Amino acid sequence: MSEAQLVEALTAPHKLQYTYKRSVGPVMGRFFTALRDEGKILGVRREDGSVMCPPKEYDPDTAAAISEMVEVGPGGEVVSWAWVSEPRAKQPCDRPFAYALIKLDGADTPLLHAIDCGREDAIRTGMRVTAKLADERVGHITDIRCFEPEA
Amino acid sequence: MRDVAIVAFAQSPSVRSDTQRNEVEILMPVVAEVREASGIPKGEFDFICSGSSDYLAGQSFAFVAGLDAVGAWPPVSESHVEMDGAWALYEAWVKIQMGYADSALVYGFSKCSLGDLPEVMAMQLDPYYQTPLWPDAVSMAALQARQCLETGAVTAEQMADAVVRSRANAKSNPNAQLSGDVDREKLLAEPTFVSPLHKHDCSPISDGAAAMVLVAGEKARQHCERPAWITGFAHIMEPMDLGVRPLTESRSTAEAARRAGVDAAKLDVAELHGPFSHQEILLEQAIGIGSSTDVNPSGGALAANPMMAAGLIRLGEAAARIHDGSAATALGHATSGPCLQQNLVCAMEGR
Repeated sequence: MSEAQLVEALTAPHKLQYTYKRSVGPVMGRFFTALRDEGKILGVRREDGSVMCPPKEYDPDTAAAISEMVEVGPGGEVVSWAWVSEPRAKQPCDRPFAYALIKLDGADTPLLHAIDCGREDAIRTGMRVTAKLADERVGHITDIRCFEPEA
Repeated sequence: MRDVAIVAFAQSPSVRSDTQRNEVEILMPVVAEVREASGIPKGEFDFICSGSSDYLAGQSFAFVAGLDAVGAWPPVSESHVEMDGAWALYEAWVKIQMGYADSALVYGFSKCSLGDLPEVMAMQLDPYYQTPLWPDAVSMAALQARQCLETGAVTAEQMADAVVRSRANAKSNPNAQLSGDVDREKLLAEPTFVSPLHKHDCSPISDGAAAMVLVAGEKARQHCERPAWITGFAHIMEPMDLGVRPLTESRSTAEAARRAGVDAAKLDVAELHGPFSHQEILLEQAIGIGSSTDVNPSGGALAANPMMAAGLIRLGEAAARIHDGSAATALGHATSGPCLQQNLVCAMEGR
């Protein structure tokens, strides 16, 4: 046995996290499937006719079950934004970016996501942005890689 | 409704990082202090309820370590909330209202310095749409602050004034982490941290603990010269998603205050749990607090914010003003979740 083999340590991966698996259900399931397979963003129609994106199974005001899906976006308008000048490793962009609430075309409620526009003075409330999809999509919200200013 | 009073309250100093003690060692002195102050010895509480978070301790069932130290043998009636200790107090109050207990020990504690707190806070969000994007707690608050500023619900000057007030009031609070005389114009001129928030608009990251004792009925007077009688207690939760609730007002705080029977015009003291400066103003607006009310005489969360204890500390600071006779009526408020998602209001009075 060589010396290198003698000092080789036994290692095993350890992740400090809860190993829950989650099922997304009938409404979010359709949202994530459409995003992954067709690159489409869906909202859900509420009882009052307005469209909520991201879609949920229940109306947050009336608790009514809702399921009528509607395609929204991929363009939309910035409702609010926060400028992250020092991104953390897990965050969507590795250069300064904005978290933003984005009201997609056809939706009445805004979606939380990231806007990659390079500089703080390149973003303002009311600005038009559009979704940039990930090349390889797996059915997660990160299948939208980020939003970018509309050309 | 049974008459229930807060008869004792204690808190640890809030510090950025307690390098000498673990969570439980931070907690135990305050538990000992309220046992001593109330005169109720270990083992004689009808109910024990705590607030802490596994996500902050980095291990599952982390609260058991605290309970072991507080004492669970011989068997005790006990519960835990993965929330601020203010909600543990609410559970204890309900237990007493139901007639299952006449006294309760409540505590909340955390050691936030162990991890990257703003990032850990992203784990309290929607696990499908939000957490995978890792929006830290400061960014979430900044989204709300910008809406408040751009709609005129809150002004930059009001935010700076909340910080000035907090730091000034905290000078007389030996447990506060940030205190001193700061100037509004200098604050406004500082560079932004997560725009539009400045660093001073954010509560500090704190290690700390607090404990409290509740006793029902006239017996409370045996444990405290001037008990803080709870006259109303309510908490309301709004949807987590920032897109489906108004961010420029706190509807749940207003409704909780209404259900707790708060008469803002007659409030001597209000201790509000606003972890960000604009939130302190939204809370004042929601409750309708006027100039006759002393707001956050302790300095509030902007001066010290130990997670899982800071809300309980607000209720304790309000009760302390009743205990010492400086207030006849007081309100304690606690918040939980992103951007004031859930709010609790406890109204109290001296008699």
